[in-house]
Amino acid sequence: MSDVSPSVRHYVDQFERVAGSLPGSDLPWLRARRESAIERFSELGFPTRRNEAWKYTRLAPIEKRAFVPAAATSEVSSAEVERFYLSETDCHHLVFVDGHYSAPLSSPGELPAGVLIEDLSGALERTPELLAEIFADGDSENRHAFSALNSAFMHDGALVKLPKDGVVSYPIHLIFVATGKQDDFVTNPRVVIHADRGSRAAIVESYVSLNDAVYFNNMRTDVTVGASACIEHYKLQRESRKAFHISELRVHQAAASAFHSHSFSFGGALVRNDIRVGLDAEDATCTLNGLFLADGRQHVDYHTYIDHRQPRCVSQELYKGILSGRARGVFNGAVYVHPGAIKTDAHQSNNNLLLSRDAEIDTKPQLEIYADDVKCSHGATIGQLDENMLFYLRSRGIQEQSARGLLVYGFARDIIDRIEVNAIRNRLAESLLRWLPHADQVRKIVQ
Amino acid sequence: MLSIKNLHVTVDGKEIIRGLNLEVKAGEVHAIMGPNGSGKSTLAHVLAGRDGYEVTSGEVSYEGENLLEHSADERACSGVFLAFQYPVEIPGVNNTYFLKAALNAVRRHRGEPELDAMDFLSLVKERLKVLHMDESLLQRAVNVGFSGGEKKRNEIFQMAIMEPKLAILDETDSGLDIDALKDVADGVNALRGDDRAIIIVTHYQRLLNYIVPDQVHVLDSGRIVKSGNHELALQLEEQGYLWVRQETASA
Repeated sequence: MSDVSPSVRHYVDQFERVAGSLPGSDLPWLRARRESAIERFSELGFPTRRNEAWKYTRLAPIEKRAFVPAAATSEVSSAEVERFYLSETDCHHLVFVDGHYSAPLSSPGELPAGVLIEDLSGALERTPELLAEIFADGDSENRHAFSALNSAFMHDGALVKLPKDGVVSYPIHLIFVATGKQDDFVTNPRVVIHADRGSRAAIVESYVSLNDAVYFNNMRTDVTVGASACIEHYKLQRESRKAFHISELRVHQAAASAFHSHSFSFGGALVRNDIRVGLDAEDATCTLNGLFLADGRQHVDYHTYIDHRQPRCVSQELYKGILSGRARGVFNGAVYVHPGAIKTDAHQSNNNLLLSRDAEIDTKPQLEIYADDVKCSHGATIGQLDENMLFYLRSRGIQEQSARGLLVYGFARDIIDRIEVNAIRNRLAESLLRWLPHADQVRKIVQ
Repeated sequence: MLSIKNLHVTVDGKEIIRGLNLEVKAGEVHAIMGPNGSGKSTLAHVLAGRDGYEVTSGEVSYEGENLLEHSADERACSGVFLAFQYPVEIPGVNNTYFLKAALNAVRRHRGEPELDAMDFLSLVKERLKVLHMDESLLQRAVNVGFSGGEKKRNEIFQMAIMEPKLAILDETDSGLDIDALKDVADGVNALRGDDRAIIIVTHYQRLLNYIVPDQVHVLDSGRIVKSGNHELALQLEEQGYLWVRQETASA
């Protein structure tokens, strides 16, 4: 490992320092996984912009900082965390402070028989055999350096396990809070969702900060959706404007299962979301919706990959971006239809609104189709506010600023309205309102 | 109420309105008819304050004030209403709060208190009935997924809510079936009153069977070439615009 870059060396050194104290370090299978992951990381190194998948995202700001794994801290009061709750509904809450599970702040609540909602570090201690089984079953490939880093360092996170036909009625809310009480820390949370045949649940991952600290959140979520199971997955990223957020969501779907992802990216300085869905068996359906808002010098990058492996699967993808200031957005939506995946129905669109001259977006659909008898479409738009709409609103007495704000609100609201859970919809509408130009005038109109 | 004197308007460097004069008094209904490309829609948009139209000379006074000095939203607040030929779809913007914002903007301007949600809703429901419109449209986004007829009804519905002093209907009759045409006419006739004026811009005279105008003007090549009463509209229907053109050429 003598030829690795200093930034890679840094994480390898950190791994050697903390490996013995990571959760489950006494489990040989896990140790082996971690070691092969750090090896993979040092082989891969951080992706450069010569790598097509990272062409538009410059990682130097992450590489040049020597982030260290966050220590556990308990100096957070429940009052500081409660404001991130979804107030209008009961939830099963798990709270993580700087990546570490906080039992006092969490309230998993009563659960139907056989349903597990647990912290990963605790589960590794309590039921290591179950975890060995779940991990052996999952997709272990570390596709890029960040994925490998997460596999090597993962120290906590959530395990959601739904038994056959298990239904959880209230949302499962996983709140990841960054305190900013440590400097330049990195967290590597892992969420594992294992939904057995016929089960149903809505799972919400919230990423929030108590202040505008600089830190690096390198998270990964692995989802297995069993036959005829239905999982709604929400990711609400509202982190510090100085935070780095790299995430990977990996989904594998069995026959006739449904997976609906709603991904919102409002915070962060540099944000990258990789979403990969494997439609591994026939008649599976997935929906990927997303909304990103960025201004100042924020950079948001969404990469999605939908793998249509079997016949009659449906994928519906709609992402919208609103960029102002000098913000930069990237959307890359790949759909791969394998030979034999007949009657595939895949639709993708990405619509972007640029509110300033200096905002930029690179959008690229990527369809590879190797089967006949499929319905696939894609479309991307980039534009400013529509002058016809603006005049229409103004001709009804609505002032220019309000009209502009209202149009931006409407553009984003279209995605928010697709959310099934009222409490999440209202929470996001509120975040959107706070972000909008001329927010007060728009709020007056829509509330 | 409205006085247009020697108006010249250029769009993208091309003169569309070329010395137009028009006087509209409170209580009157005027129909402006003319062949395609005569400048009818341009006139409607200029009066409503759309950007991109350059007034090179002439004046427009509305209730004694220079209308051209005001922005589109200011004009709307002072009682000018344009019913669009092609109403715009606005995804994500809900019809109810859009209407409420429009009405309250006008009320604030008139110095009236804003309507609360309850009063607003009862007003809206009452007006919907007149136009035979379904309440479900209130929950939908502005004009999104509306049929052509529904969009036109929605324009008249908005007019009925905003109660303008000067309503300009730009080809509101185009694409309407007979039932919708009657509903639209009922909506417009309900608004008629001594303190209001209505300008109906249209290509065909059939709407004028239901909304009988006080004056009919023929617009051709950017100016009014002939004015008369309802008879003129009927004559145009029978003989076409060519006849007017020939008459003005020989005059």
